[in-house]
Amino acid sequence: MRELSLYVHIPFCMQKCRYCDFLSYKASEQDKKEYVELLLKEIEQQAPFYAEHQVISVFFGGGTPSVLDEKVIEKILCKLKKSFSFVANPEITIEVNPGTVTEEKLQIYFAAGINRLSIGLQSANDEELRCLGRIHDYQTFLETYELARKSGFRNINIDLMSAIPGQSEQSYRETLSKVLALQPEHISAYSLILEEGTWFFDHQKELDFPTEDEDRILYELTGQMLSDKGYHRYEISNYAREGYECLHNKVYWKRGDYLGLGLGAASMVEEVRFSNKDTMEEYREMIDNCAGKQNSRTCFRENIEYLTREEQMEEFMFLGLRLTQGVSRQEFEHKFGVNIEEIYGEVLTKLQQEGLLLTDEYIRLTPYGMDISNYVMSQFLLN
Amino acid sequence: MAVVDQSKIRNFCIVAHIDHGKSTLADRIIEKTGLLTSREMQAQVLDNMDLERERGITIKAQTVRTVYQAKDGQEYIFNLIDTPGHVDFNYEVSRSLAACDGAILVVDAAQGIEAQTLANVYLALDHDLDVFPVINKIDLPSADPERVKNEIEDVIGIEAQDAPLISAKNGIGIEEVLEAIVEKIPAPTGCADNPLQALIFDSVYDSYKGVIVFCRIMEGRISKGTQAKMMATGATAEVVEVGYFGAGQFIPCDELSAGMVGYFTASIKNVKDTAVGDTVTDLKHPCAEPLPGYKKVNSMVYCGMYPADGAKYPDLRDALEKLQLNDASLNYEPETSIALGFGFRCGFLGLLHLEIIQERLEREYNLDLVTTAPGVIYRVHKTNGEMIELTNPSNLPDPSEIDYMEEPIVSAEIMVTTEFIGPIMQLCQERRGRYISTEYIEATRALLKYDLPLNEIIYDFFDALKSRSRGYASFDYEMKGYEESKLVKLDILINKEEVDALSFIVHADSAYERGRRMCEKLKDEIPRHLFEIPIQAAVGGKVIARETVRAMRKDVLAKCYGGDITRKKKLLEKQKEGKKRMRQVGNVEIPQSAFMSVLKLDEN
Repeated sequence: MRELSLYVHIPFCMQKCRYCDFLSYKASEQDKKEYVELLLKEIEQQAPFYAEHQVISVFFGGGTPSVLDEKVIEKILCKLKKSFSFVANPEITIEVNPGTVTEEKLQIYFAAGINRLSIGLQSANDEELRCLGRIHDYQTFLETYELARKSGFRNINIDLMSAIPGQSEQSYRETLSKVLALQPEHISAYSLILEEGTWFFDHQKELDFPTEDEDRILYELTGQMLSDKGYHRYEISNYAREGYECLHNKVYWKRGDYLGLGLGAASMVEEVRFSNKDTMEEYREMIDNCAGKQNSRTCFRENIEYLTREEQMEEFMFLGLRLTQGVSRQEFEHKFGVNIEEIYGEVLTKLQQEGLLLTDEYIRLTPYGMDISNYVMSQFLLN
Repeated sequence: MAVVDQSKIRNFCIVAHIDHGKSTLADRIIEKTGLLTSREMQAQVLDNMDLERERGITIKAQTVRTVYQAKDGQEYIFNLIDTPGHVDFNYEVSRSLAACDGAILVVDAAQGIEAQTLANVYLALDHDLDVFPVINKIDLPSADPERVKNEIEDVIGIEAQDAPLISAKNGIGIEEVLEAIVEKIPAPTGCADNPLQALIFDSVYDSYKGVIVFCRIMEGRISKGTQAKMMATGATAEVVEVGYFGAGQFIPCDELSAGMVGYFTASIKNVKDTAVGDTVTDLKHPCAEPLPGYKKVNSMVYCGMYPADGAKYPDLRDALEKLQLNDASLNYEPETSIALGFGFRCGFLGLLHLEIIQERLEREYNLDLVTTAPGVIYRVHKTNGEMIELTNPSNLPDPSEIDYMEEPIVSAEIMVTTEFIGPIMQLCQERRGRYISTEYIEATRALLKYDLPLNEIIYDFFDALKSRSRGYASFDYEMKGYEESKLVKLDILINKEEVDALSFIVHADSAYERGRRMCEKLKDEIPRHLFEIPIQAAVGGKVIARETVRAMRKDVLAKCYGGDITRKKKLLEKQKEGKKRMRQVGNVEIPQSAFMSVLKLDEN
């Protein structure tokens, strides 16, 4: 049986963070209720197309999935388990924001089978949290974290962010120290990126963003402090203690099959990429239209891309390079029936000479290559 | 139209400052003379190229013949010869004027006389044309026709008290203008029985008929079968068709005779054979001598033009070839740049002409171009006594071989309200102008005369003039000659490699400032690489300015959320696509925009 990962999108938030360009918004209870009903229908309708698959991971992302009533999450998970076949110990993650969970909520999550929690902290500095437009302060996070441990969660990720306006080396160091003291199993650390359409983007002139040099200092600090405490960097922005790498995350980079459920969710199944409708009206229409059409899975697929062999090679490279382990020459040859040198020989030599790649059995980014990974990855596009 | 009574012909043009309403008045005259119904009228009949309409200027001289039923009960033939309105095309203007017997001077009732008005009126008077003024835009709230009348009399010295007061836009006073044309513009003279003597004032290339030659018959007659000889170029051809100009069309007729304005075709393949200003005569019965005033038009401004995509070089060549069929003043020859590859060094009458050609290449021929900084023609006197005309800075000989250099100088006239005399004089000073005189036109306006180096005015002088006078200054110039000057070649080195396409000639005193600004500009234009890139400006091997593009330290560590790989890939594609539009110089990739940006150093 083929392995499958499931991503479930919950597009709701208490309020939009100032840097966020994901598909999320503040919604009424009625809207949420209606959405969940559609989502349950979608699960029921889509699942039969994946009878040959076995689910290895589930990820509830958003938005903020924890703004939904815990019973609703339980219900969705129940539906998933009833509709898809699962391996014995799937990794099931939910993203939560501090201040949106209670002890009871966490207990119900845990009881329902959720075994991994991803908490969006971003910073341990209240000033910075306000600047980001977060709904919580550090104290609230601490309470959430403690509740999570108390409720039985033994696999917790904390999201952190550097290059926040006004952030100093000192304040970031403090954030890292505080978080490390809690000994989470996994840490995601990103540099803030200005995305078009966000509040930050529109107000960037008024904001005190770190200079590039300052940003680099923060970035290097991350790697250094985390590795000192035994966290292994397994992906460009992800660090984990031994045995706690995020299975679901790695599926994306290793190009495993994953199915996105819910508004605007992206999928890749058997070398076909597609996504769901990204407005509520269209999404509703799709669910209504597809009801009963058991034979047509394309009914659920928007923006379908049938990946050519070349596109598969490109993805194999630029996604695989996000992992510190790199891409395996042997696996490339096994997958595509051709030696990687034949396709990328020139690029590999050039990037190696530029000090951006290390190559032996595996091909992986050097630290400088990670800094400018977009440049490196773009070199692997063919044509 | 078998016999044309010469006394019933009026050949005239309209002279005006830009925006004073020349084209609108022409439209009204055509409309009122009734050969066109209102339905056939396009907004501005005479300006029939899109580009002309957009820019509101006339590039190619056009001409139209209409019939007017005058109040005396007689029919008159009006040949309205349109003239280009920009200093780049001064010579064409002068030839169009030479084809006329009189001119209407249009002056804006609010703005009064401007530098260009003066230049054009003097040009008309120089050609012995009878000029009568009309005051346009009298319906504007700020109109002051009495003041403008006095100004015309004081400054130009022509009678203006009975000038028609009109609004071309709203059709007020047009009848009066038509009657004034009949009364005040003299009928042509010349005898149909004399040997043929015709002035070429324009020509266009038609793919079926060959060159269509626009001419004014001064003496004699021309008809199908005439063996036409162009006296200056020496070209001969048998006339296939003669005719006159309907609005927007050519109307064949049997014969053109002395006093008439029309066209002929003779299966001529190249407009170079029918140079503007040349005299056409009959090979079998030639006239004794050509009409005065012919001169070969020389390009004043040169720049390199390269296809953005090197593979489009043949397309660019074909497009230039086609444009040249219709534009004898466009010159080009192939050149090669280390940075830009294969392209052409092109010569133009002026910067406007350059811009028009560039836009036509881009729009009509769909070419993406990279142009190098425009320059003038310098004369380089070498120590061995040889003199070369330098159009491409890269060809400057080694300094040790140069005795001295000369640059072209123009005589400029700037009309300005007195409050802005200070800033404008300062501007001229900055541009190395030599002050000649100030003449007060009236209490509040003055005419400044300066000699200015052409290379100081080809970029942005006009814009600077406008901004420092809040739009009130107007400007005209003509070539004066060459003068010795302290000129140096400024080279730009990117990562220690000289980029030939960025070199240019500059006065020694401006070299430092110019070099510094170019380095600053290029620093912003050149993307960061994996290594540090010095950008240097150098004169004669000595570096005078430097900036550094720092090495790339990071690009975006995007959170690749929820497996949306498609979006990530688009980002990478964009990054890679950007690279394709770069030019490789040594190991540095330079975006095409960098070559263009240095043309706009003064925009800040």
